[in-house]
Amino acid sequence: MSHHENEATDIEFGSDHGTVKSYIVGFILSLLLTIVPFVLVAQHSFSNDTLYIVIGLFALAQLIVQLVFFLHLSTKSQARWNLNVFIFTFIVVMILVVGTLWIMVNLDYFMMH
Amino acid sequence: MSSIAHHSTAHDSAHGHHDTQSTIVFGFWIYIMSDCILFATLFATFAVLHTHTLGGPGPKELFSMPIVLAETFILLTSSFTYGLALLAAFRKHQRQVIGFLIVTFILGLSFVVIEVTEFTHLVHEGHSWRSSAFLSSFFTLVGTHGLHVTLGLVWMLGLMIQVKRHGLTHVTQRKLTALSLFWHFLDIVWIFVFTIVYLMGMI
Repeated sequence: MSHHENEATDIEFGSDHGTVKSYIVGFILSLLLTIVPFVLVAQHSFSNDTLYIVIGLFALAQLIVQLVFFLHLSTKSQARWNLNVFIFTFIVVMILVVGTLWIMVNLDYFMMH
Repeated sequence: MSSIAHHSTAHDSAHGHHDTQSTIVFGFWIYIMSDCILFATLFATFAVLHTHTLGGPGPKELFSMPIVLAETFILLTSSFTYGLALLAAFRKHQRQVIGFLIVTFILGLSFVVIEVTEFTHLVHEGHSWRSSAFLSSFFTLVGTHGLHVTLGLVWMLGLMIQVKRHGLTHVTQRKLTALSLFWHFLDIVWIFVFTIVYLMGMI
């Protein structure tokens, strides 16, 4: 397929659709980022608190890998709006989840004390 | 002269066409982002309620990690094969598209079958969504994800028929692009289900 043709479909659908190579790289990285935290938990490699943080970071890394290699989010102009909406949503999700936990854990604490 | 005029009008209409296509895909992306917020509320609920087992067994006793790991691999692989189907669609290889979609469909279907089997097993053992707040939030979160996967499968079946009937037109390519966003999104949600519900439950 010519480069020009590739460019045309990119413009048409507002984002890049990647290459076989990018999908293979993404797939291998995803597998690794799934197996490593699983082994860490199975072997109980760290203390509990450290484990929570470490596997949380693995999930975030996997999120980024899939966004880049499978969903092709990028700062290129065609995909820029997709990325902007994603960042906005990510902030909303964080406010929602962290806010809920903050309020509920506090409530729990004051009920008990 | 006439050929130049013809060329420019063809270009204009093609441009308008491209704009509509990318706007529709962008609109679908916004829907997916709103779905993200739905899942965020379910994750928040689960995070608050996961310790409320009402004296019953917790995640450590209830969940079988090998099965969950298998589900994760199945969904990951299906995301990969869908990506290959989409690439084939842009290269206009219709047979490959149908082939990869069938593989993706089978993987997605096995994921749903395994999940339903696990749910039935839990309910038969007396651990239904009515047993505790932990199980209510668990079934709601994981069940909502499973429902999304099921709807994705129905959609995929419909698209396979459309591709077979109409070929790889702009419209079917656009629909395949939209479903690819949906399918990869479900894979990402599952990564968080896997990490937060299952892995963190095992600690």
